[in-house]
Amino acid sequence: MANVAQNLVGNSKQKTYEKPKNRKGTMIRLGKYMMRYIWLLLLALALTIGSNMFSLIGPTLSGYAIDAIEPGAGLVEFDRVFYYAGLMVIFYVISSILSYALSILMIHISRKVVFRMRKDVFDKLLSLPVGYFDTHQTGDIISRISYDIDTINASLSNDLVQILATIITVIGAFSMMVVISPKLVLVFVFTVPLSICMTKLITSRTRPLFRLRSRKLGELNGFVEEMISGQKTLKAYHQEENTIAKFDIKNEEAVESYYRAEYFGSVTGPTVNFINNLSLSLISVFGALLYLAGSMTIGDISSFVLYSRKFSGPINEFANIISEFQSALAAAERVFLLLDELPEPLDARDAKELTHVEGNVRIENVSFGYVEGNPIIKNLNLNADKGKLVAIVGPTGAGKTTLINLLMRFYDVGDGHIYVDNEEISQVTRRSLRKSYAMVLQDTWLFEGSIFDNIAYGRAGATMEEVVAAAKAAKIHSFIKRLPKGYDTILSDDGTNISKGQKQLMTIARAMLLESPMLILDEATSNVDTRTEIQIQQAMRRLMEHKTCFVIAHRLSTIQNADIILVVNHGEIVEQGTHEELMKQKGFYHQLYRAQFE
Amino acid sequence: MKRVLTYYLRPYYLRMCLGFVIKFGGTIMDLCLPWILAHMIDVVIPKNSKKMIFAWGVLMVICAILAWTGNVIANRMASKVARDTTEHVRHDLFSKITYLSNQSTDAFTKPSLISRLTSDTYNLHQMLGRVQRLGVRAPILLIGGILITLTLDPVLTLILVSVLPFIVIVMTTTSRRGIPMYARLQEALDQFVRLVREDIAGIRVIKALSKTDYERERFGKINEEVVKIEKKAGMTMAIVNPSMNFFLNIGLVLVIIAGAYRVNSGLSEVGKILAFMTYFTIILNAMMSISKMFVIISKAVASADRIVAVLDAHDERDLEIMESKAREEEQKQSMIAFDHVSFSYNHVENNLTDISFSIKKGETLGIIGETGSGKSTIVSLLLRFYDATEGTILINGKPIQSLPVEELRKHFGVVFQNDALFEDTITENVRLGRDLTEDQIRQAILYAQAKEFVEDENRGYYDKLNIKGANLSGGQKQRILIARALAAHPDILILDDSSSALDYRTDASLRKELREHFKNTTTVIIAQRISSIMHADHILVLEDGAMIGYGTHEELLLSCPVYQEIGRSQMGIDTEAS
Repeated sequence: MANVAQNLVGNSKQKTYEKPKNRKGTMIRLGKYMMRYIWLLLLALALTIGSNMFSLIGPTLSGYAIDAIEPGAGLVEFDRVFYYAGLMVIFYVISSILSYALSILMIHISRKVVFRMRKDVFDKLLSLPVGYFDTHQTGDIISRISYDIDTINASLSNDLVQILATIITVIGAFSMMVVISPKLVLVFVFTVPLSICMTKLITSRTRPLFRLRSRKLGELNGFVEEMISGQKTLKAYHQEENTIAKFDIKNEEAVESYYRAEYFGSVTGPTVNFINNLSLSLISVFGALLYLAGSMTIGDISSFVLYSRKFSGPINEFANIISEFQSALAAAERVFLLLDELPEPLDARDAKELTHVEGNVRIENVSFGYVEGNPIIKNLNLNADKGKLVAIVGPTGAGKTTLINLLMRFYDVGDGHIYVDNEEISQVTRRSLRKSYAMVLQDTWLFEGSIFDNIAYGRAGATMEEVVAAAKAAKIHSFIKRLPKGYDTILSDDGTNISKGQKQLMTIARAMLLESPMLILDEATSNVDTRTEIQIQQAMRRLMEHKTCFVIAHRLSTIQNADIILVVNHGEIVEQGTHEELMKQKGFYHQLYRAQFE
Repeated sequence: MKRVLTYYLRPYYLRMCLGFVIKFGGTIMDLCLPWILAHMIDVVIPKNSKKMIFAWGVLMVICAILAWTGNVIANRMASKVARDTTEHVRHDLFSKITYLSNQSTDAFTKPSLISRLTSDTYNLHQMLGRVQRLGVRAPILLIGGILITLTLDPVLTLILVSVLPFIVIVMTTTSRRGIPMYARLQEALDQFVRLVREDIAGIRVIKALSKTDYERERFGKINEEVVKIEKKAGMTMAIVNPSMNFFLNIGLVLVIIAGAYRVNSGLSEVGKILAFMTYFTIILNAMMSISKMFVIISKAVASADRIVAVLDAHDERDLEIMESKAREEEQKQSMIAFDHVSFSYNHVENNLTDISFSIKKGETLGIIGETGSGKSTIVSLLLRFYDATEGTILINGKPIQSLPVEELRKHFGVVFQNDALFEDTITENVRLGRDLTEDQIRQAILYAQAKEFVEDENRGYYDKLNIKGANLSGGQKQRILIARALAAHPDILILDDSSSALDYRTDASLRKELREHFKNTTTVIIAQRISSIMHADHILVLEDGAMIGYGTHEELLLSCPVYQEIGRSQMGIDTEAS
């Protein structure tokens, strides 16, 4: 029962830490998320063009207005000034409205994308083999579904508009400048490639840094989650200071990697700004020369400078966006890595639905190990007919829980076959197979929700009467009744008011509501006191009636009347038979049994 | 938020000032460029001297270089301040959480603490970096731009400035509405964390019951809720940018009209209006980056409040150390004593009522009782996770409130129900950061009956455990936990139902080891099996938080009906079998 799935998760773990280099692939996949909303995106593009066109016309209009003022004192043409001023107001109003509409639209789109992405990640989580979570820190997973997706999202909603706007503005401003003075535009032949080169250089430096930053934050989250979960233990062993010291290392790594990314990333803005300033200087000099040569007016120079500012402003913004965009890409890589994890293998294509299960279980020559070369179960054979009670006993670590994992198909057998009603279980859908079992595990699991919801969990649409009846049978009803809110009491995961034994009784009540033909009890009553256990025994017997039951228990008293008792040791069945038969053998079982009373 | 600004940023005030000055210099250089341009148009060009034009051009390039250097240095300094501040805040927050009293942890809930420590501190970090980088520059550009325009033409500047109040009004009203939305958003994100944690913990049950669709739906609801709040907050914040743009541009139109009158009456020149326009664009860009920061600041304010709420919470380091020696003499020989102790978690209904017992050094106390009868609560009180509502708990004759919490807990080795194993080596899980030798650890592993499987062919002392010890079986986990409790040879050993997954043989050998090697250790064993506690010196029988029996096995068999019943059910089998 030990060594969970290193063969499965071992590979995937390696994959997680392998540094993804495929930036284009990531962008294409991000693009695919956006492409679902292609029409909305086109609308956004139209709005962007519109809003920018209107604000681009602004400088031209103001140029005209200034030309009208230019004649100087006493000669200002007020009609024209007012005409153009009026036009400007109209244009700016429209431009503002359009840009607000655009923001709303982009928020709308990005929310849709994010919703979808979170959903995809969560769906993925539920489809992963159970062993995945034994090697991946919950905190890191949470980091992906919250921080990483948020980063992507911040970039999508702000930056995408900005990038679109930049492209449009740049093209617009550029063509306006060409109209005003084609010669002066030549300045950009020098500066534009320069900015592109610089940006490229910087981004190639920073890309791995952003990746590291996302990963370190994930590690920090993983650590925090693990430590806060074990808070009580750490306190009991006065490990506060040690834990804080360990945290400090993780914290330092996280902030340092953030800093490193920013150290280089924040160069982009000033650099692009510098290149813009450079072009302004060149424009001034050449503009002045052109004016002297008589091929430009002052108004032209003014408009040109304004446009070049229009041109440089967004490029500047763009430079800032680039680092954001890079962190978004790094985050997206982590999200996609999770999405690329291998899920539980799909059901066979012609997999049948198990219906009307009788409950005949047959295990033939089954061998299995989580790690190759370390078999936990060796060549196991077992026939459990309908309604039989099969008990599995043996020292801890002998492979008992592993057998349950195989029956439920949390893992697939290495060799051999398991049949339910003569159907090989790999040939039926997992869903229908699992539905035909009811299961009570040693590790009770209750979620944050009302007691009613928790008990009714396995059976949608259960009525209050049914839930109460199950709770009564599990001897937990009177306890629940005493709670101020009764069945509506909200359970929280660390709830101090409810003991582990009580939680176990609730999960037993949950199982009682299921109408499955087969039942698995893995140390189901280990935390329940024996008095209560005896009290619920009758109900348990009723629960087990007509069902094929697999029971793992240490308290051998609970399994004495089993039809077959399997005694497992080191993955092999060492003895098999009824209680009486095994006691007579005076073998391993006999020893175990006697040990109870020593 | 205030606290972050005053307390956490204070050590960096000087650095921030220096960065500010450097940035200021760089930004001034930026601002010089249009001024030089205006100068060229108005003064240099009319002089018709190409040489002069080139000279001024070179000056512009020099300004550009200085601007670059200043900005890069200042940006890096800003990132450094943001890094150090965040590191400090996170450190304090984590320390606080580790020392947080159980009551406070229960109130905040763990998922919320996790998200405060991660996503909230992240928001803060982002804000600190961004605001220093852009936030210094933008106001400088804004104020500098306005100042320079003032020198160009004060009247026109005043006209432009007259629109600023409108912008301020828009910004304050939006932020007043926006910040609470971001606070709600962070709360919704807590739900997110909670559900993901919960489902990962229960993945086997969810799959076994084929409830994946149901869980998807639950997640979908929370996801929808989060998206709804995000959307609302985003839409509120989105008003700022266009309205700012609008007001400023209206200001510009007013400037042109007023400029026309002033030029007409000879009070101003066209060149000035031209320069004015350039500065205006700078002002506009500055305002735009302010509006971009606006969202980040609002988010960070909401997050900072959540962080501070934890920092201000009650913590175990604040527990008062009571002065008390009065009872020392009379109780000296008892190791643990409960004197009429009552306790209630919710201060409504008692979870423990009037518990009194006393055990001597080296003795063993067994506690047995129904599920939910308050057995584990006794352990919580003993370790002072909670304080008793009434009565006194004494250790070595001293009330536990008179010991510093750390001192108190040093006496103990504990295994809780559902105790935590970490993703680390077996040795480290046993050591748990304490100053223990390799030998002590191996000894403990031996005593705890774990040697056999630890030394298994596929395993070793330095093998890494999976998360929560998932690569061990239930019984193996319990034995590692017991080894952890034994390793330091504690004065008091507490085993809270920690042998439930052990088979009887292992359980019996464990008890034998305890008897032989831990003679001086006072032991408290909580168990379901009567065989685990029947040899204890004292047995406490609990029902509904009250003592209904106290004595030895034999005494209780005679006097306590409940104990008799338990005994009969478990020992009865004995007679039948033999």
